[in-house]
Amino acid sequence: MAIEVRIPTILRTYTGGEKAVDAEGSTLSALIDSLESNHPGIKDRLVEDKGAGLELRRFVNVYINDEDVRFIGSLDAELSDGDQVVILPAVAGGAA
Amino acid sequence: MPGERGRRNTLERVLRIDQATYDALVEHAKREHPVEACGMVVGPIGSDQPVRHVEMVNAAGSPTFYEYDSSDLFQLYKEMDDRDEEPVVIYHSHTATEAYPSVTDINLASEPGAHYVLVSTREHGNNPGPVEFRSYRIIDGVVTEEEVTIVDTVTPAEESS
Repeated sequence: MAIEVRIPTILRTYTGGEKAVDAEGSTLSALIDSLESNHPGIKDRLVEDKGAGLELRRFVNVYINDEDVRFIGSLDAELSDGDQVVILPAVAGGAA
Repeated sequence: MPGERGRRNTLERVLRIDQATYDALVEHAKREHPVEACGMVVGPIGSDQPVRHVEMVNAAGSPTFYEYDSSDLFQLYKEMDDRDEEPVVIYHSHTATEAYPSVTDINLASEPGAHYVLVSTREHGNNPGPVEFRSYRIIDGVVTEEEVTIVDTVTPAEESS
C-alpha cells in the first residue's frame, strides 16, 4: 500500500532533497514509522512525547487528502491506498 | 546568489522589493494594529522576486503572536505549487516591539530560502507615519539581517544590452 507524502523544504534534508516520497501504513502513526525507517530522524521532527504518549508537534500540520489530520483523529487518522499526505510546518511567530 | 561565506560586517544580502508591494505591507500592518498582521509575497521558484502579495488572516488574532489558519496555509501552498511559486517574503508585524525576530520567530522559521520581513508599528499604530521595515534570513536558528532596496519593479531588468 503506497501513499505519497509531500515533504516541506525544511525536512528535505531527511529525504535526500526529494519533495515527495512513498510510505506505507493504515494510520498516520504507522505511516510516520514507515517514513522513519527510510528517512531516519524525520519522526522526531513530526511527533513528540509530552508525557501522555506520542502526539503531533504543535507547529507541524499534516493533511490527508486536503484535510487537517487534527480533525480526523490526529496520529490515529486512517489511511487507504492512494491517499495523499502533505506535511507543512506552521507559519507562525510573533513578539511574544 | 549565495557566494563564498563572507567575513565583512556589512549586510551582504539584499531584499529587492517594489514600492507598491512595500506600501501594501506597511498598509496591512497599520490596518491590523494592534493585532499582528501576517502574510507572504510569493514569486516564481528560484527567482528571488517577490511579485504576488498574499495577505493572510492571523488566526491567533493576537498583539503578540501570529499563526496562519491551517486550512488557509494548505490552500496557499497548494496554490503556490500549482503556479510554480514559492515564498519569497514572509512578513509579520510587531506592534509594541522593534522589527527584530523574537525567539519565537526564530524557533518557528521554516523557510530557509525566504526573506523574513518584520514591520514594527509601535511608533504610530494605525496612524500615518514611518515604520521600521527590516528583513532577515533565518536559517537553523541564525538570524542575518539584510539590506532592503526599494525598486520600481522587481520583474524585468534582465535584458542584456
